[in-house]
Amino acid sequence: MTTSRLLSLEHWKGWLWAMIRFVLITGLSFVILFPIFQKVSTSIKAKGDLYSAVVVWIPQNFSIDNFKEAIRVMDYWATLFNTFALSATTTLLTTASCALAGYGFARLKFRGSNWLFAGVILTILVPPTTILIPVYLNLKSFDLMGLMTLITGKPVNLLNTYWPFILTAITANSLKAGLYIFIFRQFFRGIPKEVEEAAYVDGAGIGRTFSRIMLPNAIPSMVTVMLFSFVWQWNDSFYTTTYLTSSKVMSTQLSSLPYNLAQQVTDGAASQADPFYLSMIQDTGILLAILPLIVIYLFVQRYFVESVERTGIVG
Amino acid sequence: MWGVIYVLPWLIGFVLFFFIPLLASLRYSMSTIQANAEGIAIQFNGVANYIQALTVNTSFNRALIEAITDVLINVPLIVIFSLFLAVILNQKFRGRAVARSIFFLPVILASGVIMTLESTSLIEAVNQSSTGGSALGTFELENLMVNAGVSDWIVTYLSSAVDRIYQIVSQSGVQILIFLAGIQTISPQLYEASKMEGATGYEAFWKITFPMVSPLIFVNAIYTIIDSFANNAMTELIRDTGFVKFDFGLSSAMAWVYFLAIAIILVIVNIIFSKRVFYQD
Repeated sequence: MTTSRLLSLEHWKGWLWAMIRFVLITGLSFVILFPIFQKVSTSIKAKGDLYSAVVVWIPQNFSIDNFKEAIRVMDYWATLFNTFALSATTTLLTTASCALAGYGFARLKFRGSNWLFAGVILTILVPPTTILIPVYLNLKSFDLMGLMTLITGKPVNLLNTYWPFILTAITANSLKAGLYIFIFRQFFRGIPKEVEEAAYVDGAGIGRTFSRIMLPNAIPSMVTVMLFSFVWQWNDSFYTTTYLTSSKVMSTQLSSLPYNLAQQVTDGAASQADPFYLSMIQDTGILLAILPLIVIYLFVQRYFVESVERTGIVG
Repeated sequence: MWGVIYVLPWLIGFVLFFFIPLLASLRYSMSTIQANAEGIAIQFNGVANYIQALTVNTSFNRALIEAITDVLINVPLIVIFSLFLAVILNQKFRGRAVARSIFFLPVILASGVIMTLESTSLIEAVNQSSTGGSALGTFELENLMVNAGVSDWIVTYLSSAVDRIYQIVSQSGVQILIFLAGIQTISPQLYEASKMEGATGYEAFWKITFPMVSPLIFVNAIYTIIDSFANNAMTELIRDTGFVKFDFGLSSAMAWVYFLAIAIILVIVNIIFSKRVFYQD
């Protein structure tokens, strides 16, 4: 029995494949995790360890000075709060509005709905850069068809407020919203029609059917959309650096971090700063910025992976 | 009737924040724009901005060509790589859950700012040079392959793929998810039947998995193209022209040329795929 197993080609092939698979997965995981490990290792080093030839990964002198410095320069706690508030708000609003639109396109067909859905696809395809300037000018003197002039006497400047994000989120036109509408539409199309018909027969209206029957079923796709939307808003530098130049959110703070560091660590004399030390604090800053996301991901990753598999993201 | 109500919020946003700006951007691209105290003065000047972008501006053509070659190189690599990994991650082995959560980590971490900061990070650079960097590793392989008679072009492509491995891995999180979800909708009976007939795993992949996920190859190709066009040197240039130099007209013209380039690529990809994709129904 054992000899026949040892001689069997199938057995050896399976074993070889398992080995190759193991090496591949370990190697690639290492590639992904390496920058994070490197940042962690850098961030807990004392300044002196930078030049120590002995220190590669594990620092000789542990220190949390880098964290203190990065937290001070980034105004971390306020930034964290702002970013969290912004991402959470847009996530909730985007998910709600995209779920409505997705359901409308999937099940409540009306004249011209196919044309409008082509519009959704168009919003995915046109790069945001193309419409950035008109949107920017529009927000700078926001005047809803003359409505604002009627109320306040002049157009309102919405730049450096959260309104651009809230308005686009309510109207399902925020960052990558087209993709979310697409995900919802695919999902709702996959639910059997009989479920809805049963609800109608029982006397539920369209609004009730949607909120009581369809939405609870759509939780997997909602988790997906919420996670994507939260994370992409958190990381987004495209819109935030344009609309929110003076507000403290993570991505604007990160993009101005090198400059702020050079300014603050050396009291303005940037030329005297040690570039390695600045780089060290910068790495700590990046780590601090992504840390909340990693923590959130650790909690939801299992549910997230499962939910995407059941989302019907697949055509 | 109800459909309109459900779609209405999106429609308002679409008109206000997409359609009107899109038309305005087209108009700006053909105008000279002067910003003054009262607002902006727009003067029609035909295709002058386009001519300036394509012939006068020093960095536009280079950035555009770089963006396009980047996409042409990366898209096949990312799609093949993510399909391969999805197949692997779908197999049963110990630590699968951990492996999956690591491979989707880039979905969380991939971001413009972090990428840019990392590329300027000194510590990263020093560490890379002290570990030998990736160039050394592929050099031997390159020699081996050239000696074995593989064409130069393929060798360069593959070795550049090895050098880009971090970029590829970090850009393929969503694609792996999409493929993984697709593979899991394939009915297990198909695999059982093929195993009864004596098909190897290799054959099962090419005869079952590959045709069944081929529509998703298309989806992923499109997604990758759009994703990699969303944030690169080109968008940076367009934004700088608009918001640093305040040349809104030129910036809009650049954005439109860029959009047309993307549109052409998407149409070509669509033509290539529409003939070969296998649809179940």
